[in-house]
This record gives sequence, structure tokens and C-alpha cells, in this order.
Amino acid sequence: MFITIVDGISKYAIPFIILIIPAFGFFKKVKVYEAFTDGAKEGFYTAVRIIPYLVAMLVSIGIFRASGAMDLLVNLVSPITNLIGMPGDVLPMAIMRPLSGGGAQGIMSELITTHGPDSLIGRMASVMNGSTETTFYVLAVYFGSVAIKKTRHALPAGLIADAVGLVTAVVVVRLMFGA
Amino acid sequence: MINVVWFLFIAIGVFVGVFTGNIEAVTEAAINSAKTAVDISLGLIGVMALWLGIMKIAEVSGLIKTIARALRFIMVPLFPDVPEDHPAMGAMIMNMAANVLGLGNAATPLGLKAMQGLQELNPHRDTASNAMCTFLAINTSSVTLIPATVIAIRAAADSANATDIIGPTIIATIASTAAAIIAVKLLQKLPMFQIKPENLKRASN
Repeated sequence: MFITIVDGISKYAIPFIILIIPAFGFFKKVKVYEAFTDGAKEGFYTAVRIIPYLVAMLVSIGIFRASGAMDLLVNLVSPITNLIGMPGDVLPMAIMRPLSGGGAQGIMSELITTHGPDSLIGRMASVMNGSTETTFYVLAVYFGSVAIKKTRHALPAGLIADAVGLVTAVVVVRLMFGA
Repeated sequence: MINVVWFLFIAIGVFVGVFTGNIEAVTEAAINSAKTAVDISLGLIGVMALWLGIMKIAEVSGLIKTIARALRFIMVPLFPDVPEDHPAMGAMIMNMAANVLGLGNAATPLGLKAMQGLQELNPHRDTASNAMCTFLAINTSSVTLIPATVIAIRAAADSANATDIIGPTIIATIASTAAAIIAVKLLQKLPMFQIKPENLKRASN
């Protein structure tokens, strides 16, 4: 039942929005075709404006990941995360989550395959993936699109939110599914 | 802060790469990542044009204003510096709605449209405003209620109940979003995150 609703939303949402907004405009006597193309011409420049910011961000994260520094970081942080009951296998997932969406999804798939989707570890990885976003990517793309270089407190706030989301994922999965 | 973090990723990466013998992988990662970044950016052009076009219709027809007004009881406390019927408000609402529904493709262009609106109100061109930081923190904390990709991967791995992680995911998402809002509102008061006077001066020139 629930799956049917979820499926329905993801199947119909976009066509519905693409219909309803021009329909509303049409009845309000907006020249919908002209308005659309007027807005759409910004698409190219917005996408191109992001490039330097995204190159900077992905290159530095890519270097960090490829060097093996991730393993060092895992060893460094594991005494702390053990205290809150985060299994060692899940820690790389938690560290990867704010850095790389693709990387985190790769680790999650691997954990689900190795430990099983209904294991504690498989569930924790699943919940972690959904509970926060790829903070560094969002930061580069959103600020980059309007050429903001001084990001002030956005990064620390985003990372605090990530940490809270990840810890909550561990605690809630343990409470609901833990033996 | 972003300067320090960015530099540390590179510095630690290169040093560790030298000591672990992964230095060739580091070179490859640097070059491939740069290429990936351009691929992602250029890949956004089409979907960006689509949603910016749709949003323009919504804006001209007054729909955005109507939506923004209906949800002002949430938006005004979150973004006190943004006028309640400014187009940025509507774009932010549309972005969050797309995120909640898990429409990732639509969420990014709508979010960037919102950033454009916020930039119009921003007196310091290269420095993030409080409203921008709040919007960004909410976005990085994820507001997705139904993690469709995760459910699909779990189902493909023969989970007995692929959707039983929805409940805990919603709890974790609410916790992270609440933390984002509290953190951003507290941090913006700290002296180290104040906008420096020289930026103010440059902006007014």
C-alpha cells in the first residue's frame, strides 16, 4: 500500500508539475512559451558558472579519497564512534556521506551486499544515506552558481547537521532493530 | 573555514599518498575529478533550463507569490531578512518540496533559482548572507522523506522489507534538519562569522 503511494508520487509528480504550472499561467493570460524560454536561457549560464567551484571541490575530495587518507581518518575517529555504538564497518560510510554522494552510495551497496539488507549494519547504512545530503557538493554548487566565495558559517552548520543525522541514524536503528 | 578545509584535503591527500605509495592514484583522481566536475555541470544544462523555464512561468503568473504567502508562517521566521513575497521565498519552497518528494532532478535547479533570488537581496556580492547560509544548511541536512534510491537498492538485495527504513530515515532527517537550523542560527551570531567591514565598503562602492 505504502509502496504504491510512493511509486505513484514519483511517477506522476513531475508530469503533474510540468502541466499545472503552465496551465495556471495560461489561465492568468501569461505568454507561457515566451516566459518559459525567457527563464530557460539562464540554464546554460547557471550550469557553466558552477564549473570552477565544482572542479575545486571534487578535485580536493578526489585527492583525499584516492590517497588512502580515509583509512587513517577511520582509525582516528573510531574510538569516539565506538562509544556511541557505531559499528566499525559503518564508519567509512558516515565519513564518506558529506564528501561524496556516489562514494557513500557505493559503500552502502557494498555493506548491504556483504552484511545483508536486513542486518543492523545494512539498515544503519541505509538510514545514513537518506538522513543527510552531500554537504560539500551542495555547498560548491549552490554558492558557485551565484559566485559566492566567502561561505561564512554554512559549512560548519552543514557538518553539525550531518553529524547529528548520522548519530541519530545509529541510535534509532539500534533502538528499533537492535537485539 | 572553507579555505582551510579545502587545503587540508589536498595537503593530507598528497602527503598520505606519498607515504602509502598511492601517489599515482592521487594524480589520476585529481585529473578524473576535474573532468567529472565539468561533466556534472554541463549535464545540468538541460534540466536546469527546463526548471528555470517552468519557474519563470510560475513567477510571472503570480503562482510563486501565492505559494510563498501561504507558507509564510514557516518561511518568515526562517528567513527574516527576505521580504515575504520575494520570488526567492517561493523558489525556496519549491526546492524544499521537490526535496521532500525525492525529486532530486528538479530540486537542484529550483535551489539555484532561489540562490539567485537571495543574491539579489545580498549587499555583499562574494559573501554569503544569513538567509543563504540558512537555506544551504537546510539543504545539506536533507529533507527527503522517501529515500527512493535506498529502497530500490535494498529491494534489489532481496530485503524482506525494503521500506522498513523509512521510519528511522524520517526521524534521522528531522533530527539533522533541526540541528541545521539551530546551528546556523547560533553560528551566525558568532563574531568570527560576521561580515567584515571591508567587505561592506567594497560592496557599497
